[in-house]
Amino acid sequence: MKADNGHHDTHYYNALTRRMIGIIIVVSITPMLLVAGVIYSQFHDSYKEKVYAHLGELVLKHRQNIDNFLTEKLNNIRFMAEALDVEELNNERVLREKLKILQEEYGTVFEDLGFVNHEGLQVAYAGSLKLENARYSGAEWFLKALENEYYISDVFMGLRGFPHFIVTVRGGTDEEPWVLRATINFMAFNALVQKIRIGKTGFAFILNRQGQYQTEPAFDALPSIQQYSEYFLTRNPSSHSNVRIMEKEDSAGRVNLYVGALLKGGDWLMVYQQHSEDAYADLQHAQKIIILILLVGIIGIVTMSVLLSGRMVSRMSFIDREKEMMNQQVIETGKLASVGQLAAGIAHEINNPVAIMVEEAGWIQDLLEEEEFAAGKNLEEFQRALLQIGTQGRRCKEITHKLLSFARKTDSRIHDVRVNEMIDELVELSAQRARYAGVEIITRFQKDLPLLKVSETEFQQVMLNLINNALDAMEKKGGLLKISTSLEGEEMVIEVADNGPGIPKSNLARIFDPFFTTKPVGKGTGLGLSICYGIVKKMGGEVDVKSVMDHGTTFHIRLPVIQD
Amino acid sequence: MTIANVLLVDDEVGFVETMTKRLTKRNLSVTAAHSGKDALKVLDDNETIEVVILDVKMPGMDGIETLREIKTRFPLTEVIMLTGHATVETGIEGMKLGAFDYLMKPCDMDVLMEKVGEGAAKKRGHEDKIVQARVKEITNRRA
Repeated sequence: MKADNGHHDTHYYNALTRRMIGIIIVVSITPMLLVAGVIYSQFHDSYKEKVYAHLGELVLKHRQNIDNFLTEKLNNIRFMAEALDVEELNNERVLREKLKILQEEYGTVFEDLGFVNHEGLQVAYAGSLKLENARYSGAEWFLKALENEYYISDVFMGLRGFPHFIVTVRGGTDEEPWVLRATINFMAFNALVQKIRIGKTGFAFILNRQGQYQTEPAFDALPSIQQYSEYFLTRNPSSHSNVRIMEKEDSAGRVNLYVGALLKGGDWLMVYQQHSEDAYADLQHAQKIIILILLVGIIGIVTMSVLLSGRMVSRMSFIDREKEMMNQQVIETGKLASVGQLAAGIAHEINNPVAIMVEEAGWIQDLLEEEEFAAGKNLEEFQRALLQIGTQGRRCKEITHKLLSFARKTDSRIHDVRVNEMIDELVELSAQRARYAGVEIITRFQKDLPLLKVSETEFQQVMLNLINNALDAMEKKGGLLKISTSLEGEEMVIEVADNGPGIPKSNLARIFDPFFTTKPVGKGTGLGLSICYGIVKKMGGEVDVKSVMDHGTTFHIRLPVIQD
Repeated sequence: MTIANVLLVDDEVGFVETMTKRLTKRNLSVTAAHSGKDALKVLDDNETIEVVILDVKMPGMDGIETLREIKTRFPLTEVIMLTGHATVETGIEGMKLGAFDYLMKPCDMDVLMEKVGEGAAKKRGHEDKIVQARVKEITNRRA
């Protein structure tokens, strides 16, 4: 039953601990996660916005640069076409001179200059290649050049076999137009775009409407770029000043950030591409810090909750156990009180039959005195037996009288008490027990003590409790119990000293507490000394205790002597 | 001629019977009663009762109550209280109410006999004084 209880208790306390840990964890971690989550998402949004704005700005600026570059080159040619007449343009020497000036000004950007007549025949040429009289009548750029007053071609291989593009200006009449063309060095143009590099993976390139590269991308392997370019290109060209930003997963499974802007009047598309994780590197750094803080926090909270709950529950179980013990003792005390009443009742009831038995024995004794029995040979034996019955009957009477006088309600009326005589009586009463315990009781009384005005029964109770405690303490080894009385000024001092095992210091402060006992359950109520304390206090006195381990314990009772 | 006329009152029949025998053997005239009411009735009918031996603890009308009643109605009759357990309080109360003495049960026969004798003597002494007083009164009246 008891083990069962214990098992049940363990189960209960474990469940309680778990519940407390759960509550602490939920209550502490939830707000932490919420705050971290909200802050992170806010930071994420604003950081993304910042990255978008930054990249948009960057792309716009570079688009502007490239547009400017193209426009500048076109303007150079236009200026030349307007400044020179057809004769001069037709003159190779003049063209070479002009090319030289341009190259001096812009480095190797201008590769060559050529003058093409309406039939597509390059009638004049200045440059490093031998392209005099080259025929361009079928070339795509030439047809476009004829259609538009100014034209910048896509990058193409052409006759020379390496990538380049051409800037043209149309002149002459509608019937007989001519075209002045300049070849722009691809490398120079390419460098403009390639120098756009951010982070580890950010790079830019330019596509035409057909999705062909107009510049060499820094990284290849962009197989699915087609669809994005198409998407960008289907945009209304009038919105070319706008930058479009999108994030998509490429075929390799990586999320990329794409920033696109149209240039060259919507013919070309500049694309800036970067891995998202690279673009948001700072964000990921922040994320790592947040996760680290959260982890540390969670570990801290969990550890704390486990420790705290464990400690609290063990404290609670300790208190519960104490409470249970106290309940047990209260029940025990009640039981004892009813047993006392029962004993008193029984003692009273036994008294009458014993009286009758004694009287009957007496009657037989009376009868034996008649003459007819005087000669009986067993007369002496009869008389001895009857005497014995009488003696034992009186013994019974004494026992019941003692039982009754100690079980009946204490009388708190104040009497004049002769302390020494009363202690003597009590010592006599305890003599039997002391003999069994191997304890010798010595009394040292001061003679001629004044009468003490206290309740006799209560005072008896105090003294008997102290004597009994001392006997209990010395039960195992025997010893010496010294009771002495003396008068110190206005106070009577009664000392009860034993040389038993002593009281441990930790218990000494609690011995007057109600229900404090070191005796096994059922043996002591833990009330004896607290009752003594209460009684002595009520009498206006003091009780204190001194104890040395292995040397014994001494109780002092000081009671005021009231003179009439 | 007996030493005294005694009324023994106790609810324990066995006790009363044996005591009656023993006291009778010791030359007392004993009447028995088993309750306070019975005792009063006996006293009403029999004026010769000199000493009442009265148990304190009885069901119904207890010893103290009976004592009070006896002392108001038969003031000259002496009462010896028998107590089951000696308590100072009952003893004092009994004496205050006019009991002659009190003894503890079971009591020593010699002591009891002594007390009964003293009680009877006291009663007779009182009665003699009353008689003498009356005689004196009558003689004085004559004179």
